[in-house]
Amino acid sequence: MKNILVAENIVKSFGEFKALNNVSIQVPKGSIFGLLGPNGAGKTTFIRIINQITMPDQGVIYFDGNKLQADDVHYIGYLPEERGLYKRMKVGEQALYLAQLKGLSKHDAKNRLKYWFDKFEIGDWWNKKVEELSKGMAQKVQFIITVLHQPKLLIFDEPFSGFDPINVNLIKDEILNLQKEGSSIIFSTHRMESVEELCEHIALIHQANKVLDGKLVDIKKEFKTNTYEVGLQVDQKEDLLQELSEKFETSAATFKSLEEDLKLNIKLKNGDTSTDLIKYLNKRAIINHYVEVVPSANDIFIKAVEQNS
Amino acid sequence: MNKLKLIVKREYLAKVRNKTFIIMTLLSPLLMIGMIALVAFLTKSSIEKKTTVAFVDQSGIFKNEDFKDTKIIHFENLANIDLEKAKVIVSGSSHEGLLFIPKKDSIDQVADHIQFFSQDSPSMVTISELESILERKLQKEKMLQLNIDLKKLESSKVNIDINLANFSGERSSKMINGIKIGLGMSAGYVIMMFIIIYGAMVMRSVIEEKTSRIIEVIISSVKPFELMLGKILGTAAAGLTQFFIWVIIILFIFMVSSMVFGIDVAPNMNTTQMSAEQLEVLTQNDTQFIFTEILNLPLLSMFIYFILYFLLGYLLYSSIYASIGAAVDNETDTQQFMLPVIMPLMIGVYVGFATVINDPHGGVATIFSMIPFTSPIVMLMRIPFGVPWWQIGLSLFLLVVTFLIVVWVAAKIYRVGILMYGKKINYKELLKWIRY
Repeated sequence: MKNILVAENIVKSFGEFKALNNVSIQVPKGSIFGLLGPNGAGKTTFIRIINQITMPDQGVIYFDGNKLQADDVHYIGYLPEERGLYKRMKVGEQALYLAQLKGLSKHDAKNRLKYWFDKFEIGDWWNKKVEELSKGMAQKVQFIITVLHQPKLLIFDEPFSGFDPINVNLIKDEILNLQKEGSSIIFSTHRMESVEELCEHIALIHQANKVLDGKLVDIKKEFKTNTYEVGLQVDQKEDLLQELSEKFETSAATFKSLEEDLKLNIKLKNGDTSTDLIKYLNKRAIINHYVEVVPSANDIFIKAVEQNS
Repeated sequence: MNKLKLIVKREYLAKVRNKTFIIMTLLSPLLMIGMIALVAFLTKSSIEKKTTVAFVDQSGIFKNEDFKDTKIIHFENLANIDLEKAKVIVSGSSHEGLLFIPKKDSIDQVADHIQFFSQDSPSMVTISELESILERKLQKEKMLQLNIDLKKLESSKVNIDINLANFSGERSSKMINGIKIGLGMSAGYVIMMFIIIYGAMVMRSVIEEKTSRIIEVIISSVKPFELMLGKILGTAAAGLTQFFIWVIIILFIFMVSSMVFGIDVAPNMNTTQMSAEQLEVLTQNDTQFIFTEILNLPLLSMFIYFILYFLLGYLLYSSIYASIGAAVDNETDTQQFMLPVIMPLMIGVYVGFATVINDPHGGVATIFSMIPFTSPIVMLMRIPFGVPWWQIGLSLFLLVVTFLIVVWVAAKIYRVGILMYGKKINYKELLKWIRY
């Protein structure tokens, strides 16, 4: 089985408001899947449907090859964006309780908690009440609770919010570790640099509709504009600029360089290749800088949203 | 099922380990008994404390033996002292006051002109005691004037004390009706208090889960209905625990105190509840009789009905409380929904107090003991008087059916509400949620 999760034509309305309109998504097994979208696009509703917190009006979800059923919650770990713990309950007791709700036996839960508490060096928190912990500390406990039952599918909604940079790295490493150990991960965030860093696949939901999905590399190829960022060393900058902007679509570029170069983004003409451009430029200036402009996840996000608004 | 057990256990422990809960559980019975003891003590000591009343009798009607000390008044005769001097003497002493009986031509005129002087306003008990002494004496004097034979009058008196019995011939005392009323009323009242206190506890616990945002983590593992049910049951268990601990503590205190004070306890208890007059009528035998009467009441079945109605009434109301908790973001927003919840409980108690005392099986009482939202209270008030089994059965049946409907609706509101933040909720909105 190739996909851990397949959602087919999911529709969900709240009264008049349509939260999801015919959304279909495939999450490949063992991948980190970025679920993106502006605020209020329907991501959280979609995640809640996977977690069987809300039921879809239409559509089917397959989990690991079979129709999603009640007991599958044992194989899913969910870290919601709005998360918290019982403030007046002790950390250890609370972790045990939540782990048992996920179907772990008390004995197993205890052993695994000990492993994770040692790993994160928070063993002495066991008897502390949650209200005594800082926000970051509580987030760590929540992360542990989410992954404790070794779920096949992990869903992280903004997992890095509330963490300092050191802990962001710690959590990021753990997420990659979990992937290595075979978990599939759905990752919902607005931090595009983490998407760039972690996700192989993405889907973008906008105004209840899926507007984009696939491998991040493929999407980038699709979104690339055949534009090259160049730094040209030449005496007569004005003349060259004049000539280039007549021949190509150009725009000013900014990057760091040693020389006082003419910095430009140049878009290839239809049918031309990169070599043609280099040949052309080579005759007119010294090329100090030449790089293909690859659209970032951020660019793609903004572009896709604007196109579909 | 296993998860429900986990939730019930957590909710139970969270309630029971709470410091306020522990303090309230241990302290309440002590406070209650302390209050009773205080009232008893005060009543007793005020009865025992004699006040001194000085009197000046210029009429010559009264003799010294007419002013014998009573239980509460000590008399001091200021004979041969005129009124003005007597006033000075009494106002400088700690006496309650000065009784002045002037010299007049006829007994009627004397009766009209008797005066009582005092620094502060005198206690009603003292005055009525004085009045009855004076009345008795003057009446007697007047009867002598009218040539009425006192001995014949005395022997014409008849004392009637109707003996009550039911048709199966069991004798019962008049006191027992009062006891039935007392038992029924307190059972109904206790149920109302429990429902309000523990219902609000369920509601607060739901709000806590919402505001601490743990709710989404939990309902990704269990169904919202399971969580709601677990919460309600766990809290009910805590309530029953508290109730049983109270019963045990109170029984224990009575046992210990009856061992320490010997037989003294029971009569003392009665002193506080009955007026002195009743006490005179009541012989030791009657006290014994009342206790056997109480024991003869169907105490066990009353207890079972109490638990049954308490649980069902609590389940009905706490599911409403739970849905209110889910609908709001914080406790201050709950107020608009509280009135319709408290109202039927209040109506139950007041209708019970007003109708069951006069006519436990009358139309109003019977109807309100059928309506599910008031039946736990009103039916319990009626039960000590004996209610036909079909009425209890019907009322329980209606209660269970209503509970099932209410819990179904409440669960729908709860399911939507727990994930809804930052919205001001009104009834229209709630109606919409039920249809989601």
